[in-house]
Amino acid sequence: MSKYVLELEGITKEFPGVKALDNVHFNLKAGEIHALMGENGAGKSTFIKVITGVHSPTNGDMYLNGERVEFNNPKEAKKLGIAAIYQHVTNYPDLSITENIFMGHEKVIKWTRRIKWKEMHKEAKALLESLGSDLDPKTEMGSLSVAQQQIVEIAKSLSSQAKIIIMDEPTAALTHRESEELYKITERLRDEGVAIIFISHRFEDMYRLADRVTVLRDSQYIGSWDVDKIAHDQLIVAMVGREIKQLFPDKKNELGDELLRVEGLGQIGRFKDISFSLKQGEILGITGLVGAGRTELCQALFGIEPYDEGEVYFEGKKQIIKTPNDAMDLGIGYLPEDRQDQSLILQWEISRNISLSALESISKKGWLNTKKENDMAKDLAEKVDVKTNSVFNLANSLSGGNQQKVAVAKLLTTDLKVLIFDEPTKGVDVGAKSAIYQIMVDLAEAGYGIIMISSEMPEVIGLSDRIAVMCEGRVTRFLDKSNASQEVILQAAMSKEINDSKAG
Amino acid sequence: MSEMMKSINLAKLGKFREFGLLGFIVLLSIVIQLLNPAFLSPGNLTDLIKNTAILSILALGMMLVLITRGIDLSIGATLALSGMIAALTVRAYPDLHPLLAILIGIVVGVVCGAVLGLLVSKVGILPIIASLGLMNAFRGMTYWVSGREWVSAYQMSDSFKHIATSSILGINTLVFIAIIIFIFFNYFVNNTVTGRQIYALGSNPDSAKISGINSDRIYMLVYTLMGGLSGLAGVLWVSKFASAQGNTGSGYELTVIAACILGGVSINGGVGKVTGVLLGAVLLGVLDNGLPLINVSPFWQMGIEGAIILIAVLFNTIVKKTVERNNLLRRVI
Amino acid sequence: MSTRIVSNIQKFTWKRFFLQWEWMLIALLVIIFTINSNISPYFLNYTSITDATMTFLDKAFIVFPMVMIMIMREIDISVGSTAALSSIVMATLYNAGVPMVIAIVACLLVGALCGFFNGYLLVKYRELSAVIVTLSTMILYRGIAYMILEDRSAGDFPDWFSYFGWGYVGGIPFILCLFVVLAIGFVLLLQKTTIGRRIYAVGSNPKASRFSGVKVDKIKLLVFTLAGLMAAITAIFLTSRMGSTRPNVANMYELDVIAMVALGGISTVGGKGKMLGAVLAVFVIGYLQFGLGLINIPAQMLLIVIGILLIVSVTVTNFRVTRKAPQRKAKKNQAKKVS
Repeated sequence: MSKYVLELEGITKEFPGVKALDNVHFNLKAGEIHALMGENGAGKSTFIKVITGVHSPTNGDMYLNGERVEFNNPKEAKKLGIAAIYQHVTNYPDLSITENIFMGHEKVIKWTRRIKWKEMHKEAKALLESLGSDLDPKTEMGSLSVAQQQIVEIAKSLSSQAKIIIMDEPTAALTHRESEELYKITERLRDEGVAIIFISHRFEDMYRLADRVTVLRDSQYIGSWDVDKIAHDQLIVAMVGREIKQLFPDKKNELGDELLRVEGLGQIGRFKDISFSLKQGEILGITGLVGAGRTELCQALFGIEPYDEGEVYFEGKKQIIKTPNDAMDLGIGYLPEDRQDQSLILQWEISRNISLSALESISKKGWLNTKKENDMAKDLAEKVDVKTNSVFNLANSLSGGNQQKVAVAKLLTTDLKVLIFDEPTKGVDVGAKSAIYQIMVDLAEAGYGIIMISSEMPEVIGLSDRIAVMCEGRVTRFLDKSNASQEVILQAAMSKEINDSKAG
Repeated sequence: MSEMMKSINLAKLGKFREFGLLGFIVLLSIVIQLLNPAFLSPGNLTDLIKNTAILSILALGMMLVLITRGIDLSIGATLALSGMIAALTVRAYPDLHPLLAILIGIVVGVVCGAVLGLLVSKVGILPIIASLGLMNAFRGMTYWVSGREWVSAYQMSDSFKHIATSSILGINTLVFIAIIIFIFFNYFVNNTVTGRQIYALGSNPDSAKISGINSDRIYMLVYTLMGGLSGLAGVLWVSKFASAQGNTGSGYELTVIAACILGGVSINGGVGKVTGVLLGAVLLGVLDNGLPLINVSPFWQMGIEGAIILIAVLFNTIVKKTVERNNLLRRVI
Repeated sequence: MSTRIVSNIQKFTWKRFFLQWEWMLIALLVIIFTINSNISPYFLNYTSITDATMTFLDKAFIVFPMVMIMIMREIDISVGSTAALSSIVMATLYNAGVPMVIAIVACLLVGALCGFFNGYLLVKYRELSAVIVTLSTMILYRGIAYMILEDRSAGDFPDWFSYFGWGYVGGIPFILCLFVVLAIGFVLLLQKTTIGRRIYAVGSNPKASRFSGVKVDKIKLLVFTLAGLMAAITAIFLTSRMGSTRPNVANMYELDVIAMVALGGISTVGGKGKMLGAVLAVFVIGYLQFGLGLINIPAQMLLIVIGILLIVSVTVTNFRVTRKAPQRKAKKNQAKKVS
């Protein structure tokens, strides 16, 4: 019998044009919590998908309890005791907890195929109790909080006799207290001999829980360490792998007049008491954990889901923003986080995508002028350096980075003054990343005020003039470029206490 | 996100809705009875229950279709076609056993439903469009097979007409069949894996795929079942009214859908209870039967029905919205 | 800051020109005309054709807004009922002594109001689907029509009113003139204006449209109101041609209209299809029905044909749209995998 329950050797996964995993090693012992860390796009998700049988690797071997295995689909992995709990919980909101737990392996009487409800409810109840939860298994799944749903997901993996449980950013949407509950459950599982792979952005999670840590960077295996044998700095270097600053262009412009000021902005149940200001030429970074209310705040500023309280001043005048059009008329633009869903029409040409928010400027009394449209598209596509040969190519023929450039070009069609970038480099390769950074700095130097939401520390630190850190719907700290560091930001992102230095 | 925010109250609301519906039915019956004592007379009551029986048979089938986020507008035509074919057979062979006539109707219905199921699952046409097209095709076929003639009472054998008037174990046959189907459905949707998979598919089609639920199979099943029930209802209908016409049951699909919506079936899938649907059917049955008795013009019925459906739909939505908002308010930041 | 040259000139290619669905419809029209004229030597005679045209054009007015609605991934099955209600209101008002002109205006208003109500419910309660809303109002509107007129019919319109249904402008039926004018208008509206562009945007990706500042709600409201208005115009022509009206007029018109739109190449998954295709499909279905009438196929049998035609055209259109999908899917996956 092997020392490890799971071993991966030289796993490589190639997608057309992309190497998502490059010669990755990994091993997992029974009864350990193994943290998997790396920046966005480091290959963590693909790695998980290989283990759970969603993708099969191009190269390399996988051993389960010393025996070589190959999975053709998720079901086979599940059968051998591998279960995954995803960040975005996938469940049946209209069905009961019991049904969610037993979906796919219901208990039935052999002959009549009748479902053994009593037995299932009882077992569900026992599972939940073993996880320290007193939920009634007959409750509808949809009525639970995210944290409760995650507990049900864990119960689900236990009911399928999982020996290896993968948790993909389970704490991302949880509050501090809820995370603590989850830690306890995870530790209990470990003590019972379950092997756990824990993926998280939070260093806190790792230090609190993990026995060992494996770091991936740019699709490559960097190394594995015992958590108590690696210093924090070393770990960051392992994850980031380079001097942070060099990726980012120098930004030296002077700041101008105040463009935007918000006072006491709040939205019921999402964020509260937000105040800050933004000057011409300034890049304000907003960071915090996923679910801290960053996106909600910015979408409220853009009028997608209006704010419930507080005031917005634009160039000194009080304004009310209720729809995206209100925002755009004022001069506020928004680059959404999910460009495929919220920004681009993938089956459309590049030119049509670019012109969509500026149809007024390429039309006369409502009649479109396609010549003008194509000229405008050509200018902007060249300006942001979209790698394509014609504006008539479809948006879905572009790579992620170039799609993002088209999305940025859309913002430049109208006469805007404030640009909000929501995770501008999510899912973008390194080359395109620095191009997007350059565009942002250029825009700031041209006098735009920029708000950048980002989860990537180096990006926030490297680009922003000022940084607002959010936690659970509030801004917990404002930092200047000079005193920003990963540690300070992380601390602020996880503490509910609001720190002095108010908005400037 | 919004789906996750439904509060626990929604489950309670489901119960409240059924009691509310029951209360409303009782209240309505009392009012009608006070205005016209003939309402609760045995003769009228039997008629009411017989009509409701046919409606509830169809509504149970429609419930499953709606739970999978589908819709079937062709059932009125399926009902007419299978009723007509059964009636024509009875006309040609007066000695035919009534059970055989029922079987013929069911087979025709199953074929119709299976065609729709294929179009929805394999070809991938939106249920509303596929069933709209088939509704016309089936209706046209009804006229075609009958040569645009009626099959009237005198052309039907007594044994056939007897289906609707006879009784089994002291219960009228129509009602007996409806009760059997009700019991079967209650067991099927609550206690079998397939039954629960129908709910799972409607609740979250994407997860269903991951859980290894064969969605094509489920779609085929619900539409075929719906077709079979329509076929059965068609024969019962023709037997009860002792006439088969080209336009039999025209527009009846809307009443059936109305019964489901009143009974709390969500058009967005995943939600619906057998008892609720039954109550919805009873409410419509009472309205249908009682309104003429209190001198409401029969021509007002459609308008009243439309208004009730719309109000039920809006009520569901507004309640859900309020609950979600309350949930947000309770979140502390 | 860049030296890359991006082309903004699209080369005309014959292949792309001929790969349009509209050619298929034109071919179908030619085939139907050939068959029809073979069946009946009188078919290719001018009066015969205009007569045929007048009988099926009334419902064709609803095709214009229905194209927009279906491009926006919505559906409206209440249009037949809206037409009935508008017609009944017009006739009832006139019979009550209201001048015909005002009755006609009221007809248009009622239609627009019905459509607006549909749109309003959809915009106000975004989680409602168009299927359920228009299904409810389909029952409601016709129900109101029955409340007003019960089983009576209304008519006795002034003589000039019959002009809508039977009149000619310089030898061309009035209804055809209006249809052609509106068709040109709607083709231009959908293909050449900002509104049209936005309708396609909403149908292709509603969320991205909203984030791009497209007033999705306003457009939806406008288009559904337009559907009601066009249903009222249909009601005017229909009532004029029949000379009287009953609550069951325009029954199942929604089916014919949706069949025309589907055959016109408008995909039910949204964002695809052209107004011109639907306009051609109106004539294809119209002359097909007329031709079937020529060989004495009974009216009810037409139901089968229309029903099957609807399903076949949706299948073909779906196939045309998704044929390119594998390639798109691959790209999408690739993009996802990078992230």
